[in-house]
Amino acid sequence: MEDIKDEHIVLCFHCGEKCQEDALIFDQREFCCHGCKLVYEVLQENGLSSYYAYGENPGTKAPIGDQATNRFDYLQEPEVIQQLVDFQNDIETHITFSVPAIHCASCIWLLENLHQLNENIVSGRVDFIKKEANIKFHHQQLSLSEVVRLLTKIGYEPAINLSNLEADKSKSSIDKRLVYQLAIAGFCFGNMMFFSLPEYFSEVSLLEENFRGLFNYLNLFLALPVVFYAASDYYRSAWFSLKNGRVNMDVPIVIGIVALFLYSLFEVLFTAGSGYFDSLGGLLFFLLLGKYYQQKTFETLSFDRDYKAYFPLAITRISGQIEEVVSLPKLEVGDTIKVRKGELIPADSLLIDGEAQIDYSFVTGEEIPVPVNRGQVIYAGGRQQSGPILLNVQKSPSQGYLTNLWNHDSFKKKKKYGLGSLADALSGKFTLVVLLTAFGTLAYWSFWDISMAVRAFTSVLIVACPCALALSTPFTLGNTLRVFGRMGFYLKNSRVVEDLAKVDTYVFDKTGTLTDPATAKVSFVGIGLTEELKAAIKGMVQYSIHPLSIRINSWLGQVKPAYVEGLEEYPGRGIEAIYCSGIIRMGSAKWLGLGEVHTADNGNRVYLSVEGEVYGYFHIQSSLRKGVVKVIDDLKSYGSIHLLSGDHDHERSNLVKAMGAEVIMNFNQGPTDKLQYLKKLNDQGKQTLMVGDGLNDAGALQEGLVGVAVSDQVTHFSPASDAIMNASILGDLPNMIGLAKDSKRVIISSFVISFFYNLLGVTLAVQGMISPVVCAIIMPLSSISVVLFTTLAVNYFAMKRGLKKNWTWK
Amino acid sequence: MEVIFILIGISLLLAIGFLFLFIRAMRKGQYDDTYTPSVRILFDKAKDNKSNKDKPSTKTK
Repeated sequence: MEDIKDEHIVLCFHCGEKCQEDALIFDQREFCCHGCKLVYEVLQENGLSSYYAYGENPGTKAPIGDQATNRFDYLQEPEVIQQLVDFQNDIETHITFSVPAIHCASCIWLLENLHQLNENIVSGRVDFIKKEANIKFHHQQLSLSEVVRLLTKIGYEPAINLSNLEADKSKSSIDKRLVYQLAIAGFCFGNMMFFSLPEYFSEVSLLEENFRGLFNYLNLFLALPVVFYAASDYYRSAWFSLKNGRVNMDVPIVIGIVALFLYSLFEVLFTAGSGYFDSLGGLLFFLLLGKYYQQKTFETLSFDRDYKAYFPLAITRISGQIEEVVSLPKLEVGDTIKVRKGELIPADSLLIDGEAQIDYSFVTGEEIPVPVNRGQVIYAGGRQQSGPILLNVQKSPSQGYLTNLWNHDSFKKKKKYGLGSLADALSGKFTLVVLLTAFGTLAYWSFWDISMAVRAFTSVLIVACPCALALSTPFTLGNTLRVFGRMGFYLKNSRVVEDLAKVDTYVFDKTGTLTDPATAKVSFVGIGLTEELKAAIKGMVQYSIHPLSIRINSWLGQVKPAYVEGLEEYPGRGIEAIYCSGIIRMGSAKWLGLGEVHTADNGNRVYLSVEGEVYGYFHIQSSLRKGVVKVIDDLKSYGSIHLLSGDHDHERSNLVKAMGAEVIMNFNQGPTDKLQYLKKLNDQGKQTLMVGDGLNDAGALQEGLVGVAVSDQVTHFSPASDAIMNASILGDLPNMIGLAKDSKRVIISSFVISFFYNLLGVTLAVQGMISPVVCAIIMPLSSISVVLFTTLAVNYFAMKRGLKKNWTWK
Repeated sequence: MEVIFILIGISLLLAIGFLFLFIRAMRKGQYDDTYTPSVRILFDKAKDNKSNKDKPSTKTK
């Protein structure tokens, strides 16, 4: 067998994909298709050829043909424009598109030089990480739909969908506020430390008296923005929780801040003492730093998508003889719509005319197209894979089989987060104990010495300030979040880590989650599959993009393809070619004249015939992802495991053999069944983790305590969930859950440490023995030690579980 | 030693100046996208495309 590398492979100059024998030669360069050549020509004409200088084969394969020219017509409707644009005046329009195709430096360069393609475009600006392009153009000369058409022409079709229309654009301002607060707290804390450091050595009395006074007043001045601006969110949160009759972590923090500030103010103004402004600044700085750490989210991922994020904005409706493009919300039951190749079915509909090959991979994770007969229902969310079809709308887009899920109660109520985090649960008791101790001290000392009583009272409040307690949670969870993120497991927020640690019931979706559509088991059943025939088949399947062809192709491996003539693909039926003057056909049983064949197993069959004689069939069955069996095995020690599958139960025996009898399996589960199943488990008091991938799991993902969406392309598609996981790291799931449990232990350990600090400090404080210097040194030290402890501990556990390779801090 | 009072004042003013500059940069969105500018700076100016061929390229790859 020859090595594949010896073969002369021609790569397309534009997109870098392998060209077929009949590569198009233009300008002494090879192109794989007309689409790529067209983009090259457009760029060449406009002097934009340096596009190809910044990246190697930067283009994306440009689809050509079936796309309707009028499909962007809905972008002319004023209300659609209104909702999409960022800014518009008499002359200019500014708009931000999400462009998934952005992937290299060339993309940035081209999109920022759009003004050379069309003079009415003022400028383009790319945000590479978010895959967004901000475009400014003169809307009187150039309409929005023309801009989109231009982008599509050069291979950068923007993703415009329903959720764009409803999105609010005020999201990022909240995060910025935290950064400002952090900056101010950091600035004030840093400068206060300058002025306070001499005070720590005050016994040596390096300072003259007038410096001391100045420094104290400067500290007071610097503390004002910290207390009145940087800490303002804590007051608000504490007030809200008190108003609702609860005590959260922020209540003791606020008591500490107020006590520190008032006492220090009193000392500086009336006793010429120095107060604890430095400690106050340090406390707020570390608190905000922890909050920032914890809030650092994965901006490029969207965790709250519902069906609107996938559905098209507009659809072609046929009324009488006229085709018109209407926006999706205007679609009504009974309308006749036209769906072209590659478009998504927007609503449950009946097939009236045309050949339907529906790919339900969005819905179920299974990508092999299903043929649908005239008069049958096609469910929303499927993607048409062959020519145009006519459909009659049966249900409005929001009422379909699938989208009905989103009207379910579990989507309406905000997820309630157990009984709050561990720290919040403890803080009520903590506050009570601190207040009791403080008032006890006050009462005790007031019999002897009133001024001593006040001092001891405030000392208790100050020393018992829960800095270490409040810092441990955000730093531990923040670190865990980062370890997960680096692996490819993205959590919506740090709360999810705590929930993950609680989970005792694991529910998996089968298709697409545990099975990998790309690694299929292929076998040939029949006779007469000679090496020569294999070569001919390889020649046939290697250019087909049908999923089954791709699988047969990879099963054939390095068989050298033979040259076949008259290769033709019939959508929904199969492929046909002539080899050595014999007609070879591969495809469905019906097409080859075998009639309907009912099979007992659920694999896909591709029949093979030569000159009308059926030789046998290829049996193709999707197999379990690598490492899945081990994941299930490992998780058995953590809790019970359930399996939900939309398929029939003929695979049960195989699955039981692979996973063991303890796994509870349920077949024939529709989207609503899955949701109900999770609900039932929750009602039994189980803490559930749902792992799924398709839109049909969306309900269950929402209902589970933690919903994890598994995706091969984390930035592309995933239903609403608490976490998004890269499918390739599914094997590490047990370790990650283990780490989540570890971090809970780390938090508890640091509570113990902080408890000892407080015990020591309070013991001294109630006796009125604490000296200001000791207090000033101990307090920041306890904060720093907790921060260090949590960070080191989480990283240690991550390394132990093999989730982290080395001690890098990035 | 009185000069220290002035120095303290100056150092504090300088620090406030830096804080102000940071907040202004934040407000203008300089921290919104921290990746793309690092690519953008390597692009040649559009007009210079042809003349650049004669000059030694500054690009490493």
